[in-house]
Amino acid sequence: MTLDGELAKRMYSDMWRIRLFEEEANRQTGLGNVVGTLHLYCGEEAVGVGICAHLRDDDYILGTHRSHGHCLAKGALMDDMMAELFGKETGTCSGKGGSMHVADLSKNILGANGIVAGGIGPATGTAMATKIRGTHQVSVCFFGDGAAARGPFHEGILMGSLWKLPVVYVCENNGYQQWVRRENVAVVDSVATMAASYGIPGVSVDGQNIVEVYEAAEEAIDRARRGEGPTLIEARTYRYFGHSLGDREEYRTREEVDEWRNNRDPINIFRGYMSERQWLTEREDEEIQAAAKEDVAAAVKFADESAYPPLEAAHTDVLDTEWRVDA
Amino acid sequence: MSTLTIRDALHDAIHEEMERDESVFVIGEDVVAHGGPYTVTEGIAERFPDRIFETPIAEAGIVGVGVGAAMAGMRPVVEIMYLDFITCAMDEVVNQAAKMRYMTGGQASVPLVIRLPCGLGRYIAAQHSQIMESWFMHVPGLQVVVPSTPKDAKGLLKTAVRSPDPVLFFEYKRIYTAEGEVPDEEYLIPFGEAETKREGEDVTVVAVGPMVGKALKAGVILEDDGYDIEVVDPRTLSPLDTETIRASVGKTGRAVICEEDSSFAGTGAEIAAMIAENCFKDLQAPVVRVGMPHVPMPFAPPLADSVVPQVDSVVDAVRRVMA
Repeated sequence: MTLDGELAKRMYSDMWRIRLFEEEANRQTGLGNVVGTLHLYCGEEAVGVGICAHLRDDDYILGTHRSHGHCLAKGALMDDMMAELFGKETGTCSGKGGSMHVADLSKNILGANGIVAGGIGPATGTAMATKIRGTHQVSVCFFGDGAAARGPFHEGILMGSLWKLPVVYVCENNGYQQWVRRENVAVVDSVATMAASYGIPGVSVDGQNIVEVYEAAEEAIDRARRGEGPTLIEARTYRYFGHSLGDREEYRTREEVDEWRNNRDPINIFRGYMSERQWLTEREDEEIQAAAKEDVAAAVKFADESAYPPLEAAHTDVLDTEWRVDA
Repeated sequence: MSTLTIRDALHDAIHEEMERDESVFVIGEDVVAHGGPYTVTEGIAERFPDRIFETPIAEAGIVGVGVGAAMAGMRPVVEIMYLDFITCAMDEVVNQAAKMRYMTGGQASVPLVIRLPCGLGRYIAAQHSQIMESWFMHVPGLQVVVPSTPKDAKGLLKTAVRSPDPVLFFEYKRIYTAEGEVPDEEYLIPFGEAETKREGEDVTVVAVGPMVGKALKAGVILEDDGYDIEVVDPRTLSPLDTETIRASVGKTGRAVICEEDSSFAGTGAEIAAMIAENCFKDLQAPVVRVGMPHVPMPFAPPLADSVVPQVDSVVDAVRRVMA
């Protein structure tokens, strides 16, 4: 799919929706409406949006603890997501999952995941299911560079390659594994080079440049859909907020964060690209931002006005209690 | 009726379910070459070549793939060559498979069966002989199934394949060759329904897996003592049919709980606590547990045989509660 002005505007709008959703979610923690923790996606928007732009509704995505952006990019409703962060019964998971477990199975968003690398095996499994059924659906698994240290990364990608499954492994390398710089704990700089161990293509792209992400994603997703097997995409990116709430961020400097925010911001970069091609007027830009802001405000209102789940809900959905077999 | 071994009953259950439902597939180590070390998956590769996957030695990957395929509507039957190796996939079982339905507010279903050859087989020591049922009983969202006869093995495995939630299916290696009558017509055995394998008046013996056969043998020996034991086989430990156990203890007033696994913090501990909470006034003697001591499985055959409870262990326990 060629990137044209219309598609670019939709992607640009998605980036803003994610950016503002995240900033508002963060603000809501200060108000006590969002409790627990949050892993914010600000700074990394180009990755989720650039990848999901190629996905069909029936393609699968699986994510990480930092997956609000993936879910929004794949089409989860902002109202339901904000309500989930608030722990309300109208949330995507009826208030039983929270930020780290947002999922909307009606859109084949199989869930954020609180375990690093936790989605890699399951994404390989959804790909196996679609291969057996011959439906040409693609599965995308997002994970951070920290996941590349874990066994399930190795085992999952190995099997994805072995059976030539229609899956794309997307590493969002934001340079930090929680509070530790990647170079302190990793022995190869680029996660993409690890693809060689599994006999699949590995590509490293500038994750702040959505056009680069989009082009790499197109090739990888098409390849998967054609039945030629997985690709490992590494998107070099950066998170503006700390790892999670309450991170004192002593492991990095203010200057470093400002450098990325001011000079490598994915929204600014994409705005520049679109403006050069006259795909975006100032007025359209303003309208896109205003609409996103309105949607976020509506989502907060929806979440705020929704009720907490009834206490009985703590006891349901452990097993399917309706299910019976006849003796 | 036909006479089958537990191995044959499991083999037939998988073939029948694969024939019935195209979403059922088999995945595991060596499942093609020999039908697995216990040959349970024999013949599947010839009959359903597109629905059997032999894997690298990578249990976390195997179970992870199973979880995802199940969430996408397939019904994977995973074989873990030795139960002990499931510890390499604990995240996939405990954090992923078990929690998905709950964390998604009921949206996700994980119809995954994990078959687990377990217990003392040949003498292969501490990393190839464990049982661990109680580990998984402790995790909400998992179902723990333990057949003791060919009939139960077949009926329970067919039910497991159809279950919308994950099942850990314990297959004791030493009773794969045990024979029994199996109905020729199709049947399913619901989870959460214990079966009283022998009726009696004096002592309730709750027996798990291979301890059922040993308890039945003990029952014959104990007749000479004048003791008439009732043997209750829970068949599924989670969900647990507490009603049948309570009714039996209500009748007999005495309980012995037998498992091959270590008693400490084990299956028997849960059942004993349940009996204490519900049947205290019925009890005429303290509940007695029969199990393995809290040690790893030793290698030397005389040592291994000495720690696994045998028929005599049941006999002694019953005599104790009757004394």
